[in-house]
Amino acid sequence: MELIQLIVGGIASGCVYGLVALGFVLIYKASEGVNFAQGDMMMLGAFVALGMVNQDYWALPFFPGILLACAAMGGVGYGIDRFVVRRIFGQPQFALVILTIALGFVLRFVAGSIWGFTPLVLETPFAGKHVKLGGLVLGYEDILTILVTAALTLGLWLFFSRTKLGLAAQAASQNQMAAYIVGVPVRRINSMIWALSGVVATIAGVLYASKGTIDPNIGLLGIKAFAAAVIGGFGSLPGALMGGLLIGVVEPIAARYLPSGFSQMSPYILMLIVLTTRPGGLFAQIHAKKV
Amino acid sequence: MRAVFKTSYDKDIDLHPDWWERGKIAVLLGLLALLPFLVGEYYLAEATNTLIWSLAGLGLMLLVGHSGQVSLGHAGFMAIGAYVDAGLMNAGVPWIIAFPLAGLAAGCFGAIVAIPAVRMSGIYLAIATLALFVIIEEMIIILEPVTGGVGGIFAPSITLFGIDFDRYASLNNFYWLVLVIVALTTWAYANVLRSPTGRSFLAVRDSEVSARALGINVTRTKALAFGLSCGVTGLAGALMGHYISFFNYELFSIFISINLLLVVTIGGLGFIQGAFFGAILITAVPQLIAILRDGLNATVGIDLGGIPGLDTLIFSVILVGFIIYEPNGLYGRWLKFRAYVQLFPLARRDMFRRQKTYLKTERSK
Repeated sequence: MELIQLIVGGIASGCVYGLVALGFVLIYKASEGVNFAQGDMMMLGAFVALGMVNQDYWALPFFPGILLACAAMGGVGYGIDRFVVRRIFGQPQFALVILTIALGFVLRFVAGSIWGFTPLVLETPFAGKHVKLGGLVLGYEDILTILVTAALTLGLWLFFSRTKLGLAAQAASQNQMAAYIVGVPVRRINSMIWALSGVVATIAGVLYASKGTIDPNIGLLGIKAFAAAVIGGFGSLPGALMGGLLIGVVEPIAARYLPSGFSQMSPYILMLIVLTTRPGGLFAQIHAKKV
Repeated sequence: MRAVFKTSYDKDIDLHPDWWERGKIAVLLGLLALLPFLVGEYYLAEATNTLIWSLAGLGLMLLVGHSGQVSLGHAGFMAIGAYVDAGLMNAGVPWIIAFPLAGLAAGCFGAIVAIPAVRMSGIYLAIATLALFVIIEEMIIILEPVTGGVGGIFAPSITLFGIDFDRYASLNNFYWLVLVIVALTTWAYANVLRSPTGRSFLAVRDSEVSARALGINVTRTKALAFGLSCGVTGLAGALMGHYISFFNYELFSIFISINLLLVVTIGGLGFIQGAFFGAILITAVPQLIAILRDGLNATVGIDLGGIPGLDTLIFSVILVGFIIYEPNGLYGRWLKFRAYVQLFPLARRDMFRRQKTYLKTERSK
């Protein structure tokens, strides 16, 4: 029973990793770059939501407040692409890696100077409530996390495989010049995808904040989400979620049954194993370049 | 503008085209060697720090700038160098043996890790090295009997042939020691670059497919570059350990990795000089910020000390600016300026215009 409880808790926290990983995958699918600031965007999203909802700040009702926060962060994502990332359009991937690392520090500074570095709690209507299922204790926030994540993954998958915009984004990522030639507005699509990833980051941030305190350094969670995205194979939405769940489950189990220290290492060991055995991840989409 | 007349094929591969270039390097080295007599103790310590950062930057430059692989885990290799060096010296091994062994350990570890890692490209390698860094950090804590764990470890002072090289008691000697190591490494680095090995690094960086077609063993070349790079970084880590004298795992945080990346990108990717430019910037800017902050506080009364993380913000903004406006870094900017002066008044604006590029991926769906 203890094991099942650990697994359920792990799935809930794995969903948050999975959501951040979804943000990576979104941008990767659209512009073939990796946004190292995704964890920090999640952090900023959580803080914006906190600023909208908490009594000390704007004290809006919960759901409209969250929606407003999503919209604001969508704007932030759009702005980051429009004014910063678009300037290095077409440059090698490495440039984007360093650029987004630097952007992450800027976001952390912004959040730190507005909301301070002391841990804060997001006030949610479902804090502390739980249901008992047999011997299992399920928090409302865990159930909500799992449901929202499942819905969001499905929605994004449909977006990329069914809608015109999603297909255009994929075309833009595979060959920018060819996409231009067939009439895809590559730059504008990139900006829209960045906005979308800002929204996804906010949702991940709110779900993360519903489970505990937040401070400007929680963005470092992004590194774990990377491991999730890599395990799934960058570029695959269900893969990212799978990877997140795997890490979320393995971590508490390693903490419970292995000597201390291994729980922090476990996601990365898992990732290195996947990378050495299947270099493209579990849902590989990259193949050796043909001349 | 000087013209270099080449009278033999050997001149094409010479390290310096003529005695003018050689003389400039000699003057620079001479000035650096005389530095302890010119500046005070505080600035000499800062100069030593800059040299150590340049050494680490040289290590990463070999990887990022010259073989086209990205590593976000070089702080981990610095840590390996520092701990092997300090651990061996605490066990009674003299420095002259412990120091090369530290570099060798970091290099061998890097090469072993590189064999699976080089199968991945670009982003994957960056993330794998990041994961490796986290694992190294945790291992340092777990291996407490050797590394001192959270408590830390003491790096004994260096004694060579009866001469004391302690970082505090005889800073001048320590500075000269670091200077000699950095100069020798730079010289070796420049020579590697004009050897077949170095040429194959550049070929792999520019196009793996064509390098393979030319008969280069890509996996071996990448692993070698990774190993060499980690070895040099490990040496820098060992020196850093002596410079700090008492350290624990927190000295080699993820921010060191990122600072190192900053050194190579701001300095100028693909130029040996870039590592030095970057190291100077990264050690000088915090000092400048501190001086400016004190000045503002004294004259205008604005207290910036209360804002946490201002240093990292300024670094980040500088980095963003360089990536957008000058991807070739400080050294690239200097080359452009020099060309402008040499060609004056014939230089044209479009001479250095970047070509428009588009990304193509290797993804199938």
